Amino acid sequence: MDHLNFSIHAGEKVGLIGPNGSGKSTLLHIVMGLLRPDSGHVEFLGQRPETEKDFRLIRRQVGLVFQNADDQLFSPTVLEDVAFGPLNMGKSPEQAREMSIRILSELNLGGFENRITHKLSGGEKKLVALATVLVMEPKVLFLDEPSTGLDESTREHIIEILNRLDITFVMVSHEYDYLARTTRTIYTLNNGKVEYCCNSEDLHTHYHSHPAGRMPHGHDDNR
Amino acid sequence: MIQETFAIGSSPMHRMDPRLKIVAATVFSVQTAISDNFTTLIIALIFGITMAILARLNFWMVFKRLLIVNGFIFFLWLVLPFTFPGDPLFSLGPMDYTLSGVVLSARITLKTNAILLSLIALTGTSYLATLGYALNQLKLPDKIIYLFLITYRYIFVIEQEYQRLIRAARVRCFEPGTNLHTYRTYAYLIGMLFVRASARAERVYHAMLCRGFAGKFHTLREFTFTKSDLAWAFALGAGLMFMGYLEWVRITLF
Repeated sequence: MDHLNFSIHAGEKVGLIGPNGSGKSTLLHIVMGLLRPDSGHVEFLGQRPETEKDFRLIRRQVGLVFQNADDQLFSPTVLEDVAFGPLNMGKSPEQAREMSIRILSELNLGGFENRITHKLSGGEKKLVALATVLVMEPKVLFLDEPSTGLDESTREHIIEILNRLDITFVMVSHEYDYLARTTRTIYTLNNGKVEYCCNSEDLHTHYHSHPAGRMPHGHDDNR
Repeated sequence: MIQETFAIGSSPMHRMDPRLKIVAATVFSVQTAISDNFTTLIIALIFGITMAILARLNFWMVFKRLLIVNGFIFFLWLVLPFTFPGDPLFSLGPMDYTLSGVVLSARITLKTNAILLSLIALTGTSYLATLGYALNQLKLPDKIIYLFLITYRYIFVIEQEYQRLIRAARVRCFEPGTNLHTYRTYAYLIGMLFVRASARAERVYHAMLCRGFAGKFHTLREFTFTKSDLAWAFALGAGLMFMGYLEWVRITLF
């Protein structure tokens, strides 16, 4: 990363695209205070967090969904994992339980409460990981390649959730197609710098997979 | 896949408050371990067997577990009486097989089986995660609970990682043998497992930090100490006191 400058404002839905190893994940980790830059700073709502303590306060308002859901889910059951964040924020067990059940049902994961996290399928893990972050009601959400390795229906489900949410978010991805359907502005990360790429409406290409194969099919239903 | 077979069930042992189970199992184990009187030890074994029966566990599964431990105990019976001074029962060349050695081996056998059975029946009938939270409620240090629960969670992930590496080797026609290639492959495999485990540990920790983790574990579960738990607490307490009394006055019933 080299004199990188990147800012987001309330209500923005931003895509960040770049080749492997270009520093997309590193950028997210710096923003969350998990990594400290050699020089430069992070600013959030006029504050300049420096220490772990400062970042701890910011993490209550900024969520990060990791690329690998297995890194995010560590509790034995889904309910406990989702309730982990609210409990850390000082909510009572009843409140945390209530919030978790509500967010799970909002994500169509009702009835998953007592499922064992490590026995969920890849797609289910991803959705639960999203729930663990959303339950904390963040103002800003960072998503690190949320579509990688998921099947069509889970990808669609995540798109549907993100479009329904009234939240500022930054999504890192390789997939133009996916970004075009969820974000409004897209930036690229190249040679350590963030550059404006385009408006996601300009970006739409007709390069996509066809689950219907050679069978006659329409494109109206977004498939 | 690592499974918690004994934790599934609806017996009185499964329904008991996990905090009570932990306390009872701990006191029972310590008390049995420091008892010497044969009567006490036999009662302890009966105690263990009774609890295992009450837990309605699969007989063969319990038997298999006991067999593993008693395999080690068998070697004690072979070695201990020869090395312990006392009256010889018989001699093998210069070595005497002593009575006091046999008595000691018998004590160890009784103690081990009694403790093992009680641990299976009491703590084995709760999920490890539940035990973790119960320990938390018993005011054990947060760090220990944290290590306990995280170890439990990630043992599965590490096992999966291991299986993945083994599969990767197998699809490329790896067949273990007694040669340098095999040893080297296993060394790489284990090395890679450590590297991946530590990388994952760091990512998990980061993910926890992002969700506001500050070193303290909060728990959703609140255990309720019911009337039947109270009855069990009295019954177990009375049993333990009886064992203590036998040990103290050294009554010999058998």
